[in-house]
Parts: sequence; structure tokens; C-alpha cells
Amino acid sequence: MKILIIEDEPDMLNNMRETLEREKYTVEATANFKEASAKIGVYAYDCILLDIGLPDGNGLELLKQLKAQGKNEGVIIVSAKDSLDDRLEGLNLGADDYLPKPFHMAELHARVNAVLRRRHFSGNKTIEIGNVSIHPESRLVKVDQKDIVLNRKEYDILLYLITNKTRLVTKSALAEHVWGDHIDQADSFDFIYSQIKNLRKKLENATINVEAVYGVGYKLDIN
Amino acid sequence: MKLLNKTTYYLSILLLPLITVWAFVFYYAMLDEIYDSLDDGLENQKDVLIGRLPTEPVLLNQNDFNIDNHTFTPISKKEYKHFKDTYRDTLIYVQSEDDFEAMRIYTSAIKHDSSYYKLNVITSMVEEDDLIESLITYLLGLYIILIVSILILNNLLLKRLWKPFYSLINQLRTFKIENNTSIVIPKSNIEEFQLLNTAVNTLLQKSTYSFIAQKQFIENAAHELQTPLAITINKLELFLENTTLNSKQLETIGTALDNLGRLTRLNKSLLLLSKIENQQFSQEETINFNTITERIASDFEDLATHKNISLEIITLNNLSLTINEDLAIIMLTNLIKNALVHGTKNSTVTIQIQSDSWRISNYGILHSLDKNILFTRFKKASSNKKSTGLGLAITKAIAVKYNIDINYNFNDTHIFTLNFPKN
Repeated sequence: MKILIIEDEPDMLNNMRETLEREKYTVEATANFKEASAKIGVYAYDCILLDIGLPDGNGLELLKQLKAQGKNEGVIIVSAKDSLDDRLEGLNLGADDYLPKPFHMAELHARVNAVLRRRHFSGNKTIEIGNVSIHPESRLVKVDQKDIVLNRKEYDILLYLITNKTRLVTKSALAEHVWGDHIDQADSFDFIYSQIKNLRKKLENATINVEAVYGVGYKLDIN
Repeated sequence: MKLLNKTTYYLSILLLPLITVWAFVFYYAMLDEIYDSLDDGLENQKDVLIGRLPTEPVLLNQNDFNIDNHTFTPISKKEYKHFKDTYRDTLIYVQSEDDFEAMRIYTSAIKHDSSYYKLNVITSMVEEDDLIESLITYLLGLYIILIVSILILNNLLLKRLWKPFYSLINQLRTFKIENNTSIVIPKSNIEEFQLLNTAVNTLLQKSTYSFIAQKQFIENAAHELQTPLAITINKLELFLENTTLNSKQLETIGTALDNLGRLTRLNKSLLLLSKIENQQFSQEETINFNTITERIASDFEDLATHKNISLEIITLNNLSLTINEDLAIIMLTNLIKNALVHGTKNSTVTIQIQSDSWRISNYGILHSLDKNILFTRFKKASSNKKSTGLGLAITKAIAVKYNIDINYNFNDTHIFTLNFPKN
């Protein structure tokens, strides 16, 4: 899987590159509009992370160029400006997703993963991990071929942890992903724990489970 | 007291002594004039009498004022030589009136046929009582007429003169710098008003400029903070994934991340406030508040369960408003979150929806919160670490934008009420 990151902030670029390379993606990067435009014209990518606030041009123009060339890359707009207009325009121009800065690395990976899965398997790919299989399209989860019933939040937590199975997911990243941005001022993220507890119980017979890392977050425990 | 009435008041006080003094001056000047004229008349009579004497010597025997208005009394030559003409006021018994009347008497000496006579000529005087009386009546009339005219003048003419002033004041009273409205400064050819207009105009421009500058500063600062925050958070997250860290080290980084998360939320809230105040949420549609309340409540289900708070929604009526959907959600979310976060464990949070109001109540600390600072920025009701102190300020800003009246009351429970404008 080849990913192009278009981002003018070098540190931001390095973070994104590092986190995606850990997931074994091939990452290419560029920091300016001109170079990005050239790369897009010549190469094909599976997913493009596009910062729209570039010093020498608007990232949305690159999106237009991409669509004009009839290319079908997955595009995730990354922006420091969480503006509704940009979001709407970006999505109208054919972007797959919009990710406002700052974001969690786990979230970035989850979004990239979702875009790639949608593009390459039309969402029909079954995710297999240990004796657990997940069918994202129908949101079905099986342990040893037996259906287990998860509520929406339990399912979202499980999928998020599986997607980010190599990393430690912080409580706030998990809360924001599953409960939405609104929850973020709640006095603590302790309420997550009750859903995790239920999920653990339902995964009793699975070879994977949710491991808590005290004071930080959660991690998928693969036996 | 209005300036108009104040001037009338002072004028009326000033006019009273002025008119009184004037009355005295006028009275004596008039009296003087009258005496002058009377004395001239008396002298004239004397000349007439002297003219009549050669043909009517009998006149010289006249010595009673009741018969005619003159008397002759013989005097010596020596007396005649030293005689000085006098005019006096005197009281003379008048038979027809059976009373003493004030008379003006002119005494002179004449020589007739080598005899010398003292001549007295009288004429009836002005009655001073009557004169004073009518003078007072007329002056009182003048005083009243003056006051009434001043009142009328003030109310008609001055009111018109002061019109630009009142127009300016009215605009200033309703002026809100954050509404981005401008003030129409009324034109005037009066120097003082021109001065006021210039001063107000300069002041307004300066305040508007600093308001905008401050707003832009907050916005830009918050905006510029996003990228470094993102970089720092992501660096720590990447560091966290380094599995060689022990649990103590992990926890330390976890705390740092929590605090960076707080900073992020604070920053986002500030940006949101700026956006609301900059009218950057223009898209509006009719939003059913019952539906979004249910939806937000379900988002907070886990938080409520965690604190064992039962979240009750009492729907008495349908409530809808034309509003930006995101803002409606943010407004209600902040209130619901607030009630749950500050609500006592094992209690109830009640939301009541009527056709024109939305109310939420929760049990919490046992005294009322300070209404004056509740909705201001960075006023935290608790020492809650995660609170940004901006939630209610944001709610208030949204409410103000849509003319929704937001109220806080304490009555065993903490009650926040949104009163919606009548359509």
C-alpha cells in the first residue's frame, strides 16, 4: 500500500510518516504544492493525506487536479482549520474524509485503514485476528465461528483496538473515536471502563482481549 | 431631571427676583413721569389763572379748595422776594367724597396790581395703591406668560435642537460592539454637538478596532497553537508505543497527554467562540429540539450510567427553532454535559421540554452559583481539572446569537432554562 503525505510542517510530516511506516505502508512525502502536483500527475497512490493549508497553494486545488485527471486515489484532508466550509467543499470535491488537527495517531491510522479497506475490498473483507473474525460491512463479530452480540460502542471499541493492534490507544483517543467529540469535557474517561468490562466478558473465549494500561489507555492483547 | 426642564426651573427662579426688581424700578420711573406731567399741568394752570386775573379779579378772593382748585393768599413783598416755588403731596378733605384725598399741590407767589399773593394750585393725584395693585397684577401676568413661553419654547424648539443628541444617545444605548453594527452619527451645525459627534466617532473607531484586534488575536493564537499541539501529542503517542517503557513511565506520559488534551479542548473552545462571534455559522434550518435532545442524551448514556445518574427527559410539547444544527447540538450538549459532570452521584438529571422552553436541572453543590459570573469565560464552578471554563460561555454565545434567553436558578436543584423567542 502506497501512501502520499502532503504536509508542509516537517515535524507533523515525520510523525505521520513514522506512524504509517510502522503499519508497513510505503510512505512518500512532499512539503509543497508544486512537488505534490508533479507527484500526483506521475505516480499512483492508494491513499493521499492532504494538508490544504500549503504555503504555495491551496490543497483543494490538488484535489481538483486529481479528479480532473480521472484518478481514483483515496484522499483524506488534514487541516489545522476545522472549518465547516472546507470540510463540505473537500468532501464535495471527492475527498474521502476530513481530519482536523490535532488528531491522535491511532485515529489517523484508523481513518487511513477505513479508506483503504473501502477502496480495495469494497468493505467486504473479513478481518481475521486470532480466533476472532469481523465483517465490517455487516458489523458481525464471530469467535470460533460463533456469533457474539456486541452493542454499537463495544463493536466500535473492538474494531478501533484491532485496527491499532500494534499501538497503545489512549483513553481520550478511544473516547473521541467511539463517543464523539462532545464527550471530551467529561470529568474523566472512566465511563469507558464499563463498556470495556462488558466487551472483555464477551471476548472470554477469544484469543484476543483488551488490556488496560493504567493511567494511559488500552491495548489489544493477542495471545 | 431633563436638561430642558432644568433650564426652565432655573429660569423661573431667576425671573422672580428679576421681575420684582424691575417692578420697583418701573414703578418709581413711572411715578416720576406722572409727577412731572402733573407738575407741568399745575404750572400751566397758574399761567391760565394769571391770564384770567385782569378780567376776573374776583378770583383773588378764592381761598377754599372745595370751590375751586386754587387759592390766593396775600403775602408781604418781603415774603414774595424770598418765595420759592414748591410741589408737595398733601391730603385734602374732599366734600363730595367725604374723605381726605391725596392731592398734588403747587405753591407759588405772584404780583398783581402791586399786591403780592401766594398761589396754591391743586390737582388730584394718582392713587398709588391702585397703581401698585395693577402693577403687581400685570407683572404677575407677565411672569406666568414668560414661564409658559419658556416651557413651550423649550419643549418645541429646544427639543428639536437637542434631537441629534438624543438620537446619538439612543443609538449608543443599544450599541453592542460585538454585533458589528455601525452608528449613524446625526449631522448638526451646532458646535457642541459636532464636538460630541467627533469624540464619539473616534471612540467608536478605536474600540471597534481594539475589539477586532483582540478577537483576531485570540483566533490567530488559537489557530497557531493547533499545529504545535498536534505535533507534541503525536510525538508523545509515538513514544508511548515504544514498548520498552515501564508502567511508571507510561503513566507519566499519560498525564502529559491528558494535559495536552485539555489544552487542545481549550483551544478548540476558544476557536469555536470566535467562530460563533464572527457569525461563521450561517447555515440554518428548522431543528427539532426533542430529537436532538434524545440523541445527545444517548451519547451521554455511558457517562450517566457511570455516575449512576438517571437522565430523564420529560417532553411536554414539541420544540423547534430555525438554527444552525451544529450550534444547537453544541448548546444542548454543553448544558447536558454540565449537568452530568456536576451532578451528584446516584441522583437524577431532568430535562423538561415545552413548546417555548428547554430546562435542565441537576442535584449538585448545596448552594446557588454566582449568576453574575456563571456565563463568563474561565469561571469554573468547581476545581474540575478537565473543565475548560468555556462551556457555559459558549452556550451563552449561541443563545445570544439566536435571541434565546438563558437563565440559571437554584431551588434545591441547579436549573438552567432556555426561553425561546416567540415566533
